[in-house]
Amino acid sequence: MYPSRFGYESPRALDEAIELLTRGQGEAKILAGGQSLIPMLKLRFASPEMLVDINNLPGLSHLTVDPDGSLRVGALCRHSQLERAAALAGPFPTIAAAAPLVADPIVRNRGTLVGSICHADPQGDWAAVAIALGASVVAQGPSGRRRIPVADFVSGPFQNVLAYDEVAVEVVFPAAAGTAAGGYLKLERRVGDFATAGVAVGLERSGSVVTRAGMALTGVGGATIDASGAAQALVGGELTADRIARAAEGAAAAAKPRSDHRGSAAYKRHIVHTFVTRILTRVADDVERAA
Amino acid sequence: MTSLFEEVPRAEEDAVPVRTVSVTVNGERRTVKVEPRLLLAHMIRHGLKLTGTHTGCDTSNCGACTVLLDGRPVKSCTMLAVQADGHEVTTVEGLAGQSELHPVQEGFKDEHGLQCGFCTPGMMLTAKALLDENPDPTEDEVRWALSGNLCRCTGYQNIVKSVLWAAKKQRAAAGETGAGE
Ligand SMILES: Cc1cc2nc3c(=O)[nH]c(=O)nc-3n(C[C@H](O)[C@H](O)[C@H](O)COP(=O)(O)OP(=O)(O)OC[C@H]3O[C@@H](n4cnc5c(N)ncnc54)[C@H](O)[C@@H]3O)c2cc1C
Ligand code: FES
Ligand code: FES
Repeated sequence: MYPSRFGYESPRALDEAIELLTRGQGEAKILAGGQSLIPMLKLRFASPEMLVDINNLPGLSHLTVDPDGSLRVGALCRHSQLERAAALAGPFPTIAAAAPLVADPIVRNRGTLVGSICHADPQGDWAAVAIALGASVVAQGPSGRRRIPVADFVSGPFQNVLAYDEVAVEVVFPAAAGTAAGGYLKLERRVGDFATAGVAVGLERSGSVVTRAGMALTGVGGATIDASGAAQALVGGELTADRIARAAEGAAAAAKPRSDHRGSAAYKRHIVHTFVTRILTRVADDVERAA
Repeated sequence: MTSLFEEVPRAEEDAVPVRTVSVTVNGERRTVKVEPRLLLAHMIRHGLKLTGTHTGCDTSNCGACTVLLDGRPVKSCTMLAVQADGHEVTTVEGLAGQSELHPVQEGFKDEHGLQCGFCTPGMMLTAKALLDENPDPTEDEVRWALSGNLCRCTGYQNIVKSVLWAAKKQRAAAGETGAGE
């Protein structure tokens, strides 16, 4: 399979990339890891006039924890970098749990977290993680930078709110106030498959009391589903069986799955319920053990 | 000789975009002109005639087209040839030395790690990258590392054995020369 013809630029500076996008008037597309875009070019689902390859831009491969504890993931930070970052497990357990489950090991060497969030695949993993953790995209365009919460950034299936002349330069995950807890569970038919259903939970707790709870679902709707409403059942108290059950029911109700080759709608809803229960029960067990 | 002024003929102006790229393939620098839409897999197979790199699915799923880019496995059907500019690519042809097989190749031979052989180049390159990073992997680690490479013949059992064999052989060789560990 061959993509249709396109022009190609590989700028060495961010300003240059933004200028190329501006000149492209919406006909130019950013190429990051290429693990979603190149398959689409080959199938000719996408046929941009110009590709602006950002792989040669300096200073975008970072995976850094700022002094305030927030995590910045640069546009060229590959999935595999996140998978190998053992230090993330403490402060960002949801990210650490998701990283090894994205695609397969070879795809993870090229694909990026930022690209995945930009791609906004309803079955992608990172957007769910980012929404559960209250992360934001930092976008840069001709008139400067702006910060967009991922929950507002994803505007639909394969759609985001970036203007054609903006580059997502990084995604920022805020530091947890108190102790971070949470997890990510994904059901896949085989390695490298997209989620049949996936659940991301991000919690902050002070002792055994949950002070913030975010939750998002993947694979069970036309876009990533922000289920933080259902997670509110957890805030302000301990992770009791009753609260866990309410959050799991809320999440299952928030899911909008469709029956397809990966499973029936009822099955996927059931998976969501089970995964929420599992993640939260594990956290509750950890809290109890630590006490 | 370049002149100070030269009008570009219309035909040339309309011509397909072509880029000159330099890639170090199996240790040898190759400079080629390619259209940006040429995939790395096609450059390797059709351009450089290194047909050891196989394209299985052509949809980024199987890993048969795996090559090493600066030492890390990538799917060459899911990368543009122009993107390899300035980088090092290792294909299966680059595994063996002048006269002897790479330990991973020996392992596949010794432990019957291949049936039809279609997935083998990709498997071996992924395995090499694993062993370069982790000379003493557990069976689980081998399975995990190879989980993006599919074997249509389903010969995974022996593939895993082959890689563990190669790991052992490499460690023994490193021990002999006093290197490593
Ligand atoms: C076999 C296979 C299995 C996969 N399985 C999974 C899976 O299980 N879960 C999952 O989540 N993903 C999966 N993926 C997709 C993979 O995670 C991609 O890496 C990811 O979706 C896109 O990231 P990328 O860097 O490759 O982006 P690209 O493919 O380069 O780009 C994707 C889109 O985002 C835009 N974009 C990229 N970066 C930026 C930026 N910095 N600013 C603005 N726009 C940008 C591009 O213009 C393009 O429209 C799979 C891919 C393959 C090939
Ligand atoms: S041919 Fe490239 S992944 Fe199958
Ligand atoms: S040996 Fe036939 S595909 Fe693996």
